[in-house]
Amino acid sequence: MAYSEKLIKHYEKPSNVGNFGTTAEVKQRQDIGVGVVGAPECGDVMQLQIKVDQSTGKIEDAKFKCFGCGSAIASSSVATEWIKGKTLDEAMAIKNTDIVEELALPPVKIHCSVLAEDSIKAAIKDYQKKNGIEAAQTHAH
Amino acid sequence: MGLTLPVYLDNAATTRVDPRVVEAMLPYFTDVYGNPGSRNHRFGWASEAAVDAARKQAADLIGAQPKEIIFTSGSTEGNNLAIKGAAEMYAKKPTGQEGRGHVITAQHEHKAVLDPAKRLQKLGFDVTFLEPPADGVITAEQVKAAMRDDTILVSIMWANNEIGTINEVPKIGALCHERDVIFHTDATQWVGKMPTDVERDGIDLLTWSGHKIYGPKGIGGMYVRRRKPRVRVVAQIEGGGQERGYRSGTLNVPGIVGFGKACELCAQEMDSERERLLKLRTKLETELAKHIEHVQINGNKDKRLPNIMNMSFGFVEGEGLMMAIKDIAVSSGSACTSASLEPSYVLKSLGVGDDLAHSSLRLSMGRFTKEEEVDFAIEKITWAVHHLRELSPLWDMFKEGIDINAIEWQQH
Repeated sequence: MAYSEKLIKHYEKPSNVGNFGTTAEVKQRQDIGVGVVGAPECGDVMQLQIKVDQSTGKIEDAKFKCFGCGSAIASSSVATEWIKGKTLDEAMAIKNTDIVEELALPPVKIHCSVLAEDSIKAAIKDYQKKNGIEAAQTHAH
Repeated sequence: MGLTLPVYLDNAATTRVDPRVVEAMLPYFTDVYGNPGSRNHRFGWASEAAVDAARKQAADLIGAQPKEIIFTSGSTEGNNLAIKGAAEMYAKKPTGQEGRGHVITAQHEHKAVLDPAKRLQKLGFDVTFLEPPADGVITAEQVKAAMRDDTILVSIMWANNEIGTINEVPKIGALCHERDVIFHTDATQWVGKMPTDVERDGIDLLTWSGHKIYGPKGIGGMYVRRRKPRVRVVAQIEGGGQERGYRSGTLNVPGIVGFGKACELCAQEMDSERERLLKLRTKLETELAKHIEHVQINGNKDKRLPNIMNMSFGFVEGEGLMMAIKDIAVSSGSACTSASLEPSYVLKSLGVGDDLAHSSLRLSMGRFTKEEEVDFAIEKITWAVHHLRELSPLWDMFKEGIDINAIEWQQH
């Protein structure tokens, strides 16, 4: 299977790998939202952490970790690059199809982009829940 | 001799054709090109003589008589012919009825056995798919317990293609002969690497392929016992009546010559080869286990072919791992390498969890594998697993003491 150059670049040198602390630590942080999607049995788990600037409401930093194939790792890397500097609404609007296009994912790998989209949404929802923000602004999916 | 990249460690998938095999084949494309079925001229005779010689080479490798060898296109065809052909021949009731007889096979057989067995179910046969124990080895006891009065056929592979485990074939053969049940074994991974004697081992039908033993693709052999008992199968490919009517179609003479040569070379070299491969495999496994924590060897560690290693690297996904070691050609039990989202059904049948099945690699060595290639693989895999664990949220959770199995994952 031939992968695109962009995909290989993101796989070999992924952006924003890491976290803002242990699971227990980030749970205490009001400014951090965590999304964990997928399952080990399915061969893909993505963990996305967003750090929100609470004065501007923008995502100032994002970190990911991913257990998965090369496409899953690259999709997570792209997702973190894209959401940095965006408002929660803007980040919510990112679609998996955008990632498919960016990385030229083959059809069997589309689920990787879906996971990336889901991880963004899950992290935002976690942040909103922590801060008592109702998901009123959430776009219909 | 330096290291040439990429390194090929996927010899259980297919092997490089031995140059001596290619050399033996070449005259049969342009010089000796007659149809062995042409009985009336010397072009035909020359080809027929070459086929006869190859049939002897193939028979000698497994302790059979040349007349007991049928040339096929490979093990997929051979397994189809053996399983469907024997079931049809020994059916207790005619086509169209139910209860035509009982067949025993196992869940971790190759698809080329499982799918013909499933076809038999549609044709009115009962099929038992034995569940392998955790070490993957099917025992004669297990087969015995599944036998019924109407059992007509047992098909158990000699050695498994994904994990290399060796089933109790001679014992299963003896059991089948006690009960007058036909015994077929898919010996694709076994023959050519391990000593084989169809008489001693109690085999009625045996199938193997050229391309796993340094011969060409598209050619294989099938052994059909001719005495004590005389075994017969119903042909699945009909036409000109070649191969004593068992397999019609003009013989693939260059392929057959190459197959024969490949069999002969294996017979000569397998003993020293086996020792060398075992040393390489031991080094590979020992070093990986030394440098990487949380690895597991899948399948029985002792009852195993010397050239196959199947290892799970916890918290790292197989395809991601393959991409990180892209200079090494291996296989993975991960779903991501196939179109389906299911991980290896072989590992699953052994009770290996889906997560560890996704984390598995199969490395298989062969005649052309060099020690420096194994060293390279050890170095690269060690690096890649550590690198990917740095990326793995599961590794973090594990290190933080979180029980991954207790988490309610969102299944997709």
